[in-house]
Amino acid sequence: MNSNETVAVRMTGIVKRFPGVVANDGVEFGARLGEVHALLGENGAGKSTLSNVLTGLYRPDEGHMFLDGHEVSFGSPRDALNAGIGMVHQHFRLVNSFSVAENVVLGDQTTSTFLNTNSVADTVAGLSQRYSLAVDPRAKIWQLSVGEQQRVEILKVLYRGAKILILDEPTAVLTPQESEALFVTLRAMVAEGRTVIFISHKLDEVMAVSDRVTVLRGGKTVGTVDTASTTARDLARLMVGREVVFNRVERAAHPDAHKTVLHVSSVSATDDRGNQALHEISFSVNAGEIVGIAGVSGNGQRELAEVIGGMRHATAGTILIEGEAVKSGSVRQSIAAGIAHVPEDRLHTGLAPSHSVEDNLILKSYRHRPMSKWSVLMRKTIKSNADTMVERYDVKTPDTATPVRLLSGGNVQKVLLAREFSASPKLLVAASPTRGLDVGAIENVRIRLVEAADKGVGILLISEDLEELMSMSDRILVMYEGRIVGNVSAAEADRESIGLLMGGVTTAGAQ
Amino acid sequence: MKSPVRLERRLTQPKSLNWLVPVLSVVGALVIGAIVLMLTGKNPISTYHRILTTAFTSFDSLEGTLRSATPLAFTGLCAAITFRSGIINIGGEGQFFMGAVGASLAGIAMGGQPKTIIIIGMILTGMVFGGGYAAIAGGLKAKFNTNEIIITLMMNYIAGIILDYLIFDSNSYWRDPKSFGFPSGKPIVDAARWPIFHLGMDIPFGFVLAIGVGAVLWFMYSRTRFGFEMGVISDAPAAARYVGIRTRWKIVVVMGLAGAVAGIGGASDVGNFRHILDAKGLQLAGYGYTGIVVAALARYNPFGAIFVAVLIGGLTNAGYALQGPDFPSGLVGTLQGLILFTAVAGEVLTRYRIRRAGHEAMAVTA
Repeated sequence: MNSNETVAVRMTGIVKRFPGVVANDGVEFGARLGEVHALLGENGAGKSTLSNVLTGLYRPDEGHMFLDGHEVSFGSPRDALNAGIGMVHQHFRLVNSFSVAENVVLGDQTTSTFLNTNSVADTVAGLSQRYSLAVDPRAKIWQLSVGEQQRVEILKVLYRGAKILILDEPTAVLTPQESEALFVTLRAMVAEGRTVIFISHKLDEVMAVSDRVTVLRGGKTVGTVDTASTTARDLARLMVGREVVFNRVERAAHPDAHKTVLHVSSVSATDDRGNQALHEISFSVNAGEIVGIAGVSGNGQRELAEVIGGMRHATAGTILIEGEAVKSGSVRQSIAAGIAHVPEDRLHTGLAPSHSVEDNLILKSYRHRPMSKWSVLMRKTIKSNADTMVERYDVKTPDTATPVRLLSGGNVQKVLLAREFSASPKLLVAASPTRGLDVGAIENVRIRLVEAADKGVGILLISEDLEELMSMSDRILVMYEGRIVGNVSAAEADRESIGLLMGGVTTAGAQ
Repeated sequence: MKSPVRLERRLTQPKSLNWLVPVLSVVGALVIGAIVLMLTGKNPISTYHRILTTAFTSFDSLEGTLRSATPLAFTGLCAAITFRSGIINIGGEGQFFMGAVGASLAGIAMGGQPKTIIIIGMILTGMVFGGGYAAIAGGLKAKFNTNEIIITLMMNYIAGIILDYLIFDSNSYWRDPKSFGFPSGKPIVDAARWPIFHLGMDIPFGFVLAIGVGAVLWFMYSRTRFGFEMGVISDAPAAARYVGIRTRWKIVVVMGLAGAVAGIGGASDVGNFRHILDAKGLQLAGYGYTGIVVAALARYNPFGAIFVAVLIGGLTNAGYALQGPDFPSGLVGTLQGLILFTAVAGEVLTRYRIRRAGHEAMAVTA
């Protein structure tokens, strides 16, 4: 990187090794003042490691870092923060039992010893209004949806007034509209002379928001390019080393398509705070059909998935699988009825992170033969089951005894899908199944879902990624404030009208 | 460079840490203990040498050590079971007392029955009393989400008061009517005395039982459905809910199980050693609290708990034997405290590694 007086941060020859892995292998990176600089790469390319080095969480084994031309070395994230580097993490670092305002000031040394919660809440409310990050400053974190929690993370960094902001997959939980709003925020921030480092593997986003792009692959810098002089296709090629094309999957109707697998009939439910989250929702999913649920996060999608999965009681209405009512609020009944569920939070809800691949693959079948007999686990069967699954689903893991938390995001999802599909479900509820995954892993998940649908499984695909819904679904339902406000055939759907429905704008005849 | 040394999170925890951390903890405690000894004008080497010989290096001393280790093995296992499940049970003390209450009841009332039947009866009543007492705390947590640390701690005091009441403040079934002056417990019948095996050295039946219980618990945690569910609950409560594991009820079961193990410990105290319900002796011993140290040092491993119990039992045993004008009576307690302190510090090193600024990773093994 040549010397440039507007360079805000420069990292050169960064090497970071972990046992058995070189996460960063001589990375070169530089971002200028007042630019949005995208850091693009697949999962495992070294983006997160690089940002952890920049924010003082890791100390590099080799290499140098310069801020405004001066070499720096951070002993802790606090050093980095004091130097004006703030990070919005992909995995939230929030205290669940604290309020939004309390989380925002947590660890901020300018706060006086005695916390004036009201004035902080007002400040936070002001910030959230200024940057269109709607969130109630007095709400507790555990009451918030994933999308709202992300906003708190962004607010935290904004509150500290960081000069260099690193956002790790910030839009992963946002809707297109929210992402647009965020991009406006980011542009405003760089206009003020701040630097935004935007970590992503969504090409269209990178194209839309960034000034320059640095692409990482396998822990090395592949190149830095001006966004204006490149294309999404070129970036994709740089990122994966091959061309990837997403097209709408055209599928023939399944022979059993007339059979209703799931029928949701006037279902209502409340959220964790006791507020009504679902208002008499009714719809159905047929065999072999992929029904997409679009909506801004926090509009009842999570509650809907949980009610169908048996994790949440319906306060009214019934869930029918092939015409048989399923007892509400019983996970075991739901599993027995043939409902598979890929939850939004794969690593901590869908899987037990410190448990092995082997154990996670039997998380839903350990109660029965052949995985256990007379209450005793059949370790040999469990191991051979794991070997089969790992091979069939191409899970990249050192061995089946490895804890799943050590696997990459794509492989974590493979383990989860392997388990859910191995139960031969009639219905699969998938909540944001590709969120946070790299291009290759996304492709894999989509192929698996389509395969299952081709075999006659009904699939309810809940996603905030409109591209994904439009390319995969047969039908798209739009949720807004706990109601279904739109039902369109995916072939006729267009982004504009779905986006409007997601924003609560209903045109006549949309319902 | 702000700080010369810093902690960095480990991605993986090498298996060797499982034994390395406890060993280094003990060594660290001995080093700090040596400094304390020198400050008080004692020669640390000769003091440690005396502890070692008194505790471990002869059959005679080993017998005393096993005697001290037996109750600690049970309370250690009791604490380990709950800690593994993410429940902080401080109540091993009270559960042990209640086990002794139950077992002494059986040991007195079952007079006339065959020895085997009486001993089984004592074990079972000990389990029921200890387990039932612990299940109260578990039930309160399941039903009202009370803090189990506070409840179990308070219930230790209640159990102590129950002991005092049974022996000193009432003419209960447990009090010896023949004890004049200073009240004491009624002796259990001779047939209720637990055997001591003579295999070159005296091995109390209670210690053998503790090893058996440890083996059962190990099997339960690593091989059974119940252990699997407990593991998932403590690893990821949301995942447990997601696969339909009934979380609430499990708290009561785990607490009851832990209490039952402590209760067997109480039964062994009555059957193998004191042969009465010794209200004062039990309260002075503090087996339950030492059991927490044992569990922590063993990293909640059942077999580890037995091993550590022998180690701490040896220290206690040496403390008793050596107490005198030339041996500081508080030393053994100080050493136990230091071991816990260094074990907790060592626990940090299993999750983080020490890095010195500008240097390669410095593993704790180095």
